[in-house]
Amino acid sequence: MNRKKGILIGGAVIIVAAFAYLLYGGLDQNVVYFLTPKELLAKGTKAVDVPVRLGGQVKPGTVKWNDTTLDLHFTITDGTSEINVASKGAPPQMFRDGMGVVVEGRYRADGTFNCTNLMVKHSNEYRPPKAGEKPQDMQKTLIKGA
Amino acid sequence: MQSVNGLVGHGALLIALPFIALGIIIVPVAVKRGRRDWLELAYGAVYANFALMTAAALAMITALVTHDFSVSYVAQVGSRETPLFYTIISLWGALEGSILFWAWVLSLYGMLVVAINKSRAGNLVPYAAMTLLAISLFFAILLIGPANPFLNVSPVPANGPGPNPLLQNHILMAVHPPLLYLGYVGMSVPFAFAVGAVLSGEAEQNDWIKVTRTWTMASWGFLSAAIIAGMWWSYEVLGWGGYWAWDPVENASFLPWLTATAFLHSAMVQERRGMLRVWNLNLVVGTFVLTILGTFLTRSGIISSVHAFTTGTIGYYFLAFITIVLVFGGVIVAGSSDRLRSKGKLDSAASRETVFLLNNLFLTAFMLTVLVGTLFPLVAEAVRGVKVSVGGPFFNRMSLPIIAALLFLMGVGPALPWKIASKADLKSKLIPPTVGAVFLAAVALVVGIRDPYGVVVFAFVGYAATANFREFSIGARARRVARGESWPTAFVRLVEGNRRRYGGYIAHFGVFFVALGVAMSSTLRTEHEATLQRGMTMQIAGRTLRLQDIWGREEPQRQVVGATLEIMDGNRVTGTLQPRMNFYRTQQEPVPTPDVRSGVLGDLYLNLMAFRPDGSTATIRAIYQPLVPWIWFGGGVVVFGAIVGGWPTARRRRAPAPVVVPTPPSPPPTREPEYAA
Repeated sequence: MNRKKGILIGGAVIIVAAFAYLLYGGLDQNVVYFLTPKELLAKGTKAVDVPVRLGGQVKPGTVKWNDTTLDLHFTITDGTSEINVASKGAPPQMFRDGMGVVVEGRYRADGTFNCTNLMVKHSNEYRPPKAGEKPQDMQKTLIKGA
Repeated sequence: MQSVNGLVGHGALLIALPFIALGIIIVPVAVKRGRRDWLELAYGAVYANFALMTAAALAMITALVTHDFSVSYVAQVGSRETPLFYTIISLWGALEGSILFWAWVLSLYGMLVVAINKSRAGNLVPYAAMTLLAISLFFAILLIGPANPFLNVSPVPANGPGPNPLLQNHILMAVHPPLLYLGYVGMSVPFAFAVGAVLSGEAEQNDWIKVTRTWTMASWGFLSAAIIAGMWWSYEVLGWGGYWAWDPVENASFLPWLTATAFLHSAMVQERRGMLRVWNLNLVVGTFVLTILGTFLTRSGIISSVHAFTTGTIGYYFLAFITIVLVFGGVIVAGSSDRLRSKGKLDSAASRETVFLLNNLFLTAFMLTVLVGTLFPLVAEAVRGVKVSVGGPFFNRMSLPIIAALLFLMGVGPALPWKIASKADLKSKLIPPTVGAVFLAAVALVVGIRDPYGVVVFAFVGYAATANFREFSIGARARRVARGESWPTAFVRLVEGNRRRYGGYIAHFGVFFVALGVAMSSTLRTEHEATLQRGMTMQIAGRTLRLQDIWGREEPQRQVVGATLEIMDGNRVTGTLQPRMNFYRTQQEPVPTPDVRSGVLGDLYLNLMAFRPDGSTATIRAIYQPLVPWIWFGGGVVVFGAIVGGWPTARRRRAPAPVVVPTPPSPPPTREPEYAA
C-alpha cells in the first residue's frame, strides 16, 4: 500500500515537473517584448528577426501609402531614435502624423521593421471632444446635405 | 437635491446593507441554538436583498430611460441621441452599472437557492444562504463605496456622451453580458454549497454534490452560451474576422469554464464511486476564485480592454476579496480533507473513472496554461519592469495537444464501463470509432487541411462522435427490440430515461461542431485586400465582388460611411454586402461594422478598411472562412445538452434545481479596442 502511494506521488511529481517545464519553454519562446525604437536599437543583433511589439509616434511627413499596391511606409519615433516601418494593407482610417502606434512584427537586418499588425493607440476612455479638439470629419463630405 | 431615481436607488442599496449583515449573523446563531424558526429570518434577509437590489436596478433603468442626468452613472453613459434599446442595456455598459447588475444577479441566485432548496433537512442550505449573503455584502460595499452609480451630479448636465461606441454597435451586446453574468455569478452557488457542506458537516455525504452539480450545470450552460456569444460579438463587431485571440478578457471567461467542466465530470466519479471528494471541493472553490479573479482582471483596469472601464480604487477591493476567499477556501478544504478520504479505489486502468481522472488532469492543465499565459505579462512587468505580451503562439502551442487529448477522451469515456472493462468489451467498442476517425481524417485531407493539428482534430472528432453516437444507437436499438418502439420514440424515451447521461453526450456533440468549425476556419482562411473604384471587382475564394457604391448617411447618434458590394457568380448577382464605418460623436476612431454573408459551409466577411474623402475609392478587406457558423451552432447544441442534462427531474422528491435555463444558442468574450487594428 505504501509503495503504491509512493509510486503515485512520484508520478504526480514527474507530471507536474514536466508540465512546468513545458510551460516555461513555451513562454520563453513565445513572449513578445514591447519596446520603443531606442530600446530595440540598443539590443543590436539580438533584436533582429524576433517577434516584437514596437511602440512610438508616427514621424510627421514620413507616411507613404499607395492604395493600389497597398504598400504603407512610415517612420516610427520615440523622440530620440527612429525606425522605418514597412507594412501591407490599409492604414486605419484615422492614421495621421504624430499619432501613437504600436506595430507588431520583426526587425530586419537591413534596418526596416516588417510590420504584420498595425495598431493605433488611443485612449480607451471615451469622452466628448475637449475644447479646441475637433473630431475628424473626413466622412462629412460623403453625407448628403451636410 | 437628488432626483427620485437617485434617492430610491441609493436608498435601496443603503437599506440592503443591514439586512445582509443581519442574515449573515443569524445563521450560525440559529444553527448553534437549534432554532430553525430563526432561519426564516435569514431567508427573509435573502428575499429582502433580492427585492432591494431589484429596486435599485429598476431605479437605474428608469433614470437611464428618462435621461435623468443628475444620476452620476446616467451622466456618464447616457445621451439623448442613443436609441432606447441601447439606453436600457447600457445598464451593464460601464463599471458602476455592471457591478449593480452583478449584485442583482447574485441576489436573484440567492433568492432562487432559498426558494428551491430551503425545505431540505440539515444545515447545508442555511450555510449556503449565509455564504451567498456574504458575497452580496462585498458587492453592496462596492456599490455604496467605490462603484456607486447613484451619486448626485450638480449642476445637472443637459446631455451625456452616450455609451462606449463599441458597446452600442451590435445587438449581441444585449445577449452576451447577461449570459456571462448568469454564468459567472452563478458559480457563486456551487461555492456556497461547498462552504455549506463543510460548515454543516455534510461534506462526507454525497447529497451536497448532487445539488451542487445541478446548479453548476445551469451556470455552466449560461457560461458556455456567454463564451460563444462573446466570440460571435467579437466576430461581428471588431472587424478583424476572428473570434478568439487569447485576449485576457476572453481567457478570464474561459478559466472558470474549464474548472466547472472538470467538476461536472468528476462529480460523477464521486457519486458513483465515492472518490475525488477533496478534489471536487477544490474544483468548486477554484472555479469561484477564478470568476472573482476574472472580474478583477477585467474590471480593475489592470488590463486594457473594452471590458476595463476605468482605473480606480476598485481593484484593491477585489484583491482584498480574492485574498479573503482564497484563505477561507484553503481553510475549509484543508480542514475537511482528513474526513474526506476516498472511500473507493481505482479497480482498473481500463475503466470510465480512469478516463474521468485523465479528463480532469487535462482540463486542469489547460486551466493552468491559460492562467499562466494570462498573468505572465502582469508578473513580468511587476517583477522585472519589462512590458511583454504572451501571444497566440504560446496558447496555441500549449493548448492544441491538450484539446486533441480531450477530444480523444470524449470518445473513450462513453465506451468504457465503470470499474473494469473486459478485453472483448474493449475490442467491440473501440473499433467503430476508429473507423470514424479514419473517415474524418480523410475528409480533412480531401478538403485541403494540411496542418497536422487540423487533421488530428478531425480524426479525434470522428472517433469521439462515432463513440457518442453509438451510445444513442445501441440504446435505441435495444428499446426497439425489447418494446417494439419506432426509432424516434425509442430515441426520445432513451434520452428521457437518463437525461443526465444523454444530455452530456449531446453537449459532447456541440463541442464536436465547435471543434470542426475552429479547425476548418483557422486552417483554411483566405483573405484579400484591395482598393476599388466604383464598378471595379476583386476575387475571393472563387467569388467575384464588385464595388457598386460608396455612400454616407447621417443618424442621430452617429454618421455612417458604407460601401455596397455585389457578390457575383459569373454574371449573376447573388447578393450584396454593405460593410460600414460608424463615426460616433464622442470617439475619434470610427467603429468598423463588417458585413457577413453566412452559409452552411462558410462565411464571406467584408470590412471597409479605408476610403477617400471624395468617395472615389474604398479599400475592402475580404475574408472567406469555412464552417464558422458551425461554431455558433455547436454552442447552441452544448447549451441544449446542458438543458437536457440539468433540467430538474419531476419525480425526484424536491428537485434541487434552478428554474432558469438558457435559451439562445449564443455566447462570450471579446477583444481589446485599446489598440484597434
